[in-house]
Amino acid sequence: MQIFHRSTNALARFSIFGALFIIAFILWVIMMINRSPLVTRQGVVQAQPVPFSHEHHVRGLGIDCRYCHTSVESSAFAGIPPTSTCMNCHSQIWTNADMLEPVRASFRSGKPIVWTRIHNLPDFVRFDHSVHIHKGIGCASCHGEVDRMQLMYQAMPLTMEWCLSCHRAPEAHVRPRSKVFDMEWRSENRAEEGPRLVKEYNIRKKTDCSICHY
Amino acid sequence: MADPTMPHEEAAKPSRFDRAPTIEPGHTFASITDKISSIVLSRRTPFGWYVGFAISFAIVNVLLVSVGVLLLRGTGIWGINNRIAWGFAIINFVWWIGIGHAGTLISAILLLLKQEWRTSINRFAEAMTLFAVACAGIFPLLHVGRPYLAYWLVPYPNTMALWPQFRSPLVWDVFAVTTYATVSALFWFVGLIPDLATLRDRAKSRAFKMVYGILAMGWRGSASHWHRYETAYLLLAGLATPLVISVHTVVSFDFATSVIPGWHATFFPPYFVAGAIYAGFAMVLTLAIPLRKAFGVEDFITMRHLENMAKILLATGLIVGYAYIMEIFFAWYSGNPYEQYMIANRMQGPYRWFYWALIFCNIMTPQLLWFKRVRTSPVILFLVAMVVNVGMWLERFVIVITSLHRTYLPSSWGMYYPTMWDWGLFIGTIGLFLALIFLFVRFLPMISIFEMRTLLPEAEVHEEHQA
Amino acid sequence: MSMGNKRTHLDLAKFRGRLQKSGGREYWKSLEDLWEDPEFSALIGQEFPQQAMRSANGFDRRNFLKLMGASIALGGLAACSRPAGVIVPYVDKPEEIVPGRPLFFATAMAMGGFGSGVLVESHEGRPTKIEGNPDHPASLGATDAWGQASILSLYDPDRSQTVMRLGVISTWTEFQAALQPVLQRLRQQGGAGLRLLTETVTSPTLGAQIEAFLGNHPGAVWHQWEPDSLDNVREGSRLAFGTYTNTVYRFDQADVVVSLDSDFLSSGPGHVRYTRDFMTKRRVRSDRKEMNRLYAIHSTPSPTSSIADHRFAVRPSEVESIARELAAGLGLGASAAAGERAHWIGAIARDLQQHRGASIVIAGPEQPPAVHAIAHAINGALGNSGRTLIHTDSPEVGPVNQLASIRQLAADIDAGSVEALLIIGGNPVFTAPADLAFGERMNRVPFRVRLGDDYDETSLVSHWHLPQTHYLEMWSDVRAFDGTVSIVQPLIAPLYNGRSPHELMALLNDDANEPYEIVRSHWRRQAGAGFDQLWRESLHRGAIAGSPLPARALTAAMPPPPDSPAAASPALELVFRPDPTIRDGRFANNGWLQELPKPLTKITWDNPALLSPSTAAKLGLADGEMVRLHHRGVEIEIPVFRVPGHADDVVTLHYGNGRRRVGRVGEGTGFDVYPLRSSAAPWIDSGVRVEKLGRTHPIASTQLHQMLETSDYDRRSLVKSGTLAGYLKDPSLAPHHEEGAPVHHEQGIDEGPTLYPAWKYDGYAWAMAIDTNVCTGCNGCVIACQSENNIPIVGKEEVLNHREMHWLRIDHYYKGTPESPESFHQPLPCMHCENAPCEPVCPVEATSHSSEGLNEMTYNRCVGTRYCANNCPYKVRRFNFFDYSDYATESLKPMRNPDVTVRTRGVMEKCSYCVQRINQARRDSEREGRTIRDGEFTTACAAACPSEAIVFGDKNDPKSLVSRLRAEPAHYGLLVELNTQPRTTYLAALRNPNPEIEAE
Repeated sequence: MQIFHRSTNALARFSIFGALFIIAFILWVIMMINRSPLVTRQGVVQAQPVPFSHEHHVRGLGIDCRYCHTSVESSAFAGIPPTSTCMNCHSQIWTNADMLEPVRASFRSGKPIVWTRIHNLPDFVRFDHSVHIHKGIGCASCHGEVDRMQLMYQAMPLTMEWCLSCHRAPEAHVRPRSKVFDMEWRSENRAEEGPRLVKEYNIRKKTDCSICHY
Repeated sequence: MADPTMPHEEAAKPSRFDRAPTIEPGHTFASITDKISSIVLSRRTPFGWYVGFAISFAIVNVLLVSVGVLLLRGTGIWGINNRIAWGFAIINFVWWIGIGHAGTLISAILLLLKQEWRTSINRFAEAMTLFAVACAGIFPLLHVGRPYLAYWLVPYPNTMALWPQFRSPLVWDVFAVTTYATVSALFWFVGLIPDLATLRDRAKSRAFKMVYGILAMGWRGSASHWHRYETAYLLLAGLATPLVISVHTVVSFDFATSVIPGWHATFFPPYFVAGAIYAGFAMVLTLAIPLRKAFGVEDFITMRHLENMAKILLATGLIVGYAYIMEIFFAWYSGNPYEQYMIANRMQGPYRWFYWALIFCNIMTPQLLWFKRVRTSPVILFLVAMVVNVGMWLERFVIVITSLHRTYLPSSWGMYYPTMWDWGLFIGTIGLFLALIFLFVRFLPMISIFEMRTLLPEAEVHEEHQA
Repeated sequence: MSMGNKRTHLDLAKFRGRLQKSGGREYWKSLEDLWEDPEFSALIGQEFPQQAMRSANGFDRRNFLKLMGASIALGGLAACSRPAGVIVPYVDKPEEIVPGRPLFFATAMAMGGFGSGVLVESHEGRPTKIEGNPDHPASLGATDAWGQASILSLYDPDRSQTVMRLGVISTWTEFQAALQPVLQRLRQQGGAGLRLLTETVTSPTLGAQIEAFLGNHPGAVWHQWEPDSLDNVREGSRLAFGTYTNTVYRFDQADVVVSLDSDFLSSGPGHVRYTRDFMTKRRVRSDRKEMNRLYAIHSTPSPTSSIADHRFAVRPSEVESIARELAAGLGLGASAAAGERAHWIGAIARDLQQHRGASIVIAGPEQPPAVHAIAHAINGALGNSGRTLIHTDSPEVGPVNQLASIRQLAADIDAGSVEALLIIGGNPVFTAPADLAFGERMNRVPFRVRLGDDYDETSLVSHWHLPQTHYLEMWSDVRAFDGTVSIVQPLIAPLYNGRSPHELMALLNDDANEPYEIVRSHWRRQAGAGFDQLWRESLHRGAIAGSPLPARALTAAMPPPPDSPAAASPALELVFRPDPTIRDGRFANNGWLQELPKPLTKITWDNPALLSPSTAAKLGLADGEMVRLHHRGVEIEIPVFRVPGHADDVVTLHYGNGRRRVGRVGEGTGFDVYPLRSSAAPWIDSGVRVEKLGRTHPIASTQLHQMLETSDYDRRSLVKSGTLAGYLKDPSLAPHHEEGAPVHHEQGIDEGPTLYPAWKYDGYAWAMAIDTNVCTGCNGCVIACQSENNIPIVGKEEVLNHREMHWLRIDHYYKGTPESPESFHQPLPCMHCENAPCEPVCPVEATSHSSEGLNEMTYNRCVGTRYCANNCPYKVRRFNFFDYSDYATESLKPMRNPDVTVRTRGVMEKCSYCVQRINQARRDSEREGRTIRDGEFTTACAAACPSEAIVFGDKNDPKSLVSRLRAEPAHYGLLVELNTQPRTTYLAALRNPNPEIEAE
């Protein structure tokens, strides 16, 4: 007597055959998820205590990055402006805009504003702004065109492979030091300029682990 | 239910073998099938089975607890330290992998060498291999400090743009062991298919029919099936053969490629492979002798099998002994003070008892096997095999611990004292191994039915009447 | 559990014989190394089974957690997770702070009252690391282990945090309320009955405050007590010169130094400076081939005696007669040397004669005043005064005989004339001589106030415990060994509710000033017009220019010989010394110092009684065996430990351990020996009786886990050493081994046999050279490394299990006979091998080779197979078997070095050559478009080293110091025969023995 229906043959064949594809597909999905904003937070806008618009301040008012991020050229940490910096202007203008109440409150009370961190590398990763600036890596290369962001978000994946893509081939990203803080700048002829600047700025392809991890 | 000793016209025929037969006279296709399948299907499960399984399952729980505590607290619960960074985990890994060798050797190499006597033991030898490899596989995973990252040893495209370090023997291990596990599993399963079909057809309850049916994958025993089966089996055998050599060679590289006196030796690969086969056959004997008694299959696993295995045991034992002697010779001949001290320390140092015990177990004891009387006495054979099992574990202990505990700088010498968790994990895997064996003998034919039938004289002629 | 506690006794004669046979060129580290006896191995044999199964994990979890809490470094940045992303800027950023860049401030730390200048690294206002102050005479840029570890004491969660009244939390206001009526009443009687008890005071400001107070309260009395007191030194100077004077030595001027039981290189005021000076005369280079000579006449081996060219282990009581005989040899006094020691005393005398004005005879603070006086006399006679040493007024404020002082206090308490006792600092109840029973006496004082760091034994018997500020939290000032004044400035506002001694004195003086103003106003009064300039400069430099005390011309009188010359009694003698790591107990709750291997014994977490191997054999004692010491009607139980080179029939006791009340780390570690220390004989005593108890106590020594045949040591040739004479003959000191033995390969360090072309380093190639000739094993580097790299401590049980985490260890080898062995210290960081065996075996490339030749360890990539640790021939890798790093204790988080990742469980770690410093220097140089200059930065260990033994730099730069050292003939590499091509290499250790003595 027959225990199984004839169709089970087909079923068996398919499952044996399909197994491969199913496994392959699952792996592929996992890979995709690891690179998606879900994990990297790329392009995810996050709420801030004060809806600070880089677009307005940088593009609109043409304030230089270094006016607020004072230590970007001298320290690993670019620096988040102290409340006092905001108040330099906002004690004169928009003095009673509700939007800015948290800033005034902080200034009155001496309690700092707690911003949501956007570019948040793991603690075992060391990044030094000053040296990148010095080597002619533009703000926009890692932070995107900040001057077009109303609310700040992370423009790049900030994965290790992404960092390495530049550390392995800096000539594809380096720019003249004069253009580092320029958001629009595009190279006319990378092919010639890139290698030249790499030489000029003495950029060594630093891919030692201890460059970022120690 | 068939009675194995029921009269049959073929019984009178003299065996084809001039030596002791690989199957006692008086069997027919039917009687073989009945006898073996009945163990699984109809015969009452012996009380001993329940006892044995209960005990081994209890030990499995020791394993679970040890693993739980390990993951909770970290590798610090073991006796390892900064000076002896590897302990039981590696010892047991190598030990189990070694044991896992006999199965494939028997099924693959002996098959290719047309050694019919393998037939009645290959099935559970292969099973044993699988289970041993499973036990072995547990250790490399658990012994790392951050097991949840162990998958980094596998090459896969990742967001770190990093590959494993392909120069590291540990990465070779990953490939060697996984391949070995896969092939042995396939080999075992393919070999099972015809028997599963038999069980499917003979099973009474529908549930069993279903299960065996699914596993049998629609085997009907048609000529084309047999044809494909033969090809597949032969191919797998060909695939498995080099693996028998490669796996333990690669495992030996874990030590041979290092700079530690006592590890850094070129002859490790053959030494380890021989040791593995040695350990494997010892384990097969340890299992075969009680099993044939318990399930009364002495007429399938005959004296001839035991004796042949004993001979292999003796041969490989001698190879291993030779390796020990070479180790000492190298140390002396090299004039290297570190090597020489390593040997001296093994013989006289704090762990010397382990060394001498090892010599006793692996070199002295097997010499008994020169005597036919010993080779043909199951009880003594069993004891010898047991001693060898212990000896092979000791060998790994000596290699790992005594080499590490006194390396180059005396300022960094230390001692290794296993903790209860070390033992828990070790004994636990033994429990797992036994539990699996018990399940295997209860639910699958421990001896290949159809292959046994080919041993019968009429198999030669009546092949096409089968199924 | 350690191999230590099951050793049998040695048949000394036997291996002495063996040594003679083997020509005594062997190194051995433990006595068993000389042991080739079947009984012994049998012993180990039985030992193993007992050990074969040890309970769950070698330590009790409660203790372990306690330790975690107390002192494991850096964790805030949980190494492998993404913390909730917030970012908090300043509201108004201080001008000088650049976020992400540390600042350095100059201040000074006082030990035993004497200051040493330090620079404190501060990250966004958090002090994280102590460095030496190059501008301070007592430091010259170096620090000792205590200076380095003081940062941990600042953040110690067990530091006393609030005012306590009879053990109940109270407030300063309540204290003041309670204090006022008492003061009022006592003022009626002119302060009579009012007593101050302080430690040694050199702070001018505090001195002025105390004097002011005493001025207003003529009846009040100021007492001083410090367990490591310099009483003998003081009294000695008075004996010699008639007044208390201070002696400042100039070892950089001395060619011959005789130490009369003095450990001037590792303890006492100015020892860091003295080490630096001493080594300038000891360092041998191809362009400087002379070397000073040090004779150590000692009872207990010390770092100083360990590097001496001649060591004479004598009973402490003998030192005085030896000193007299030496003096006689120089024409002072008439006690001519007799017996077998006449020979070497004569030789020393002649050597001194030949080096008039270029020699120093220095006596140890344990030795009686007479010895010091004799030393002064000898120095005078040799015309050393003014040349190799100068005499100045004491830098102390009101130097007194502290023993007499506290005796007086005790007597007055008995007389009932003490109505209020104010204790400022110190812990007299624990440390005062036992026979004074200070605790009980104190209970009879009607009003007892105590200002201290910890709520400790003294606090328990005080009405009021007042929390004291750490030196990094307060304004103060302090004088150094030579009188140099430093302003002590706070790096951080008091973490807890502490106040400084100045504030307490101000309270007593009704001085309303802020502490800052108190110190300022004192100096304004001192400096007058130039004040602002002085203040600014001293804060900037960390030392007030011109403040060292002027030299005084004094002539020493030879003290009269004792009426009854001390008859050498057969009785066992006792020597009391401060613990080599936790001192008099003040650092008992400092985990770094508790786990710091003691210089020679490498013991952690314990203070066994030390005795010589032969004495131990005579008493039938083995390492770790518990004994009961009966002495002056008191008895204590303590384990013993054998130290080669220790004087026979002498027992050395280290006081400071066995604290009853201090904190989670210090309580119950070690054994309290103060009960045996009487005011009659606080340093040297005789007539102790040793009773064997038949129990053992596990002793966690990081370097005594092994035994080995001498011949094998000889062949391993791990340490390269020789005599100056030998060096002059053959600077490479290539050992002439018998056949088959490997010789040191000077070549082969940089290139070895290979099939592949050697890698070319076009940029930097970092390397470290360690001059073992000048290393005293003082441990400064070890703690510096621990502090810089956030290295956790693991606790005694884990040390017993060989799981200590120090990235830098100091291996120590003995050579010669167990009576008078030579010692060799070999600091061992990661070798950063060119062909590092650890690299190819890591399956995930967590350890790799950098383009500058560093052997990098990438924690976040490590899965923890520990293969690298196995394959490291130098065993410098450390594994986090448990979560050693403390993520819980809040107070420790600010201490951590933000530039070094904290390691989680299951991760390997090791010396990184302070790669964070390398990277910082590289970035700075590149920002300035230049290359890194030699000496621009250095590793934490090299920075701390008082003797400048460790040199770090770029070996690709031929002019760099490190490449010059690597070119030295005496340069060698460890285990280079393995072709590892280490980047860390060594210079041979030399001895400069007196041929006269060598001869016999």
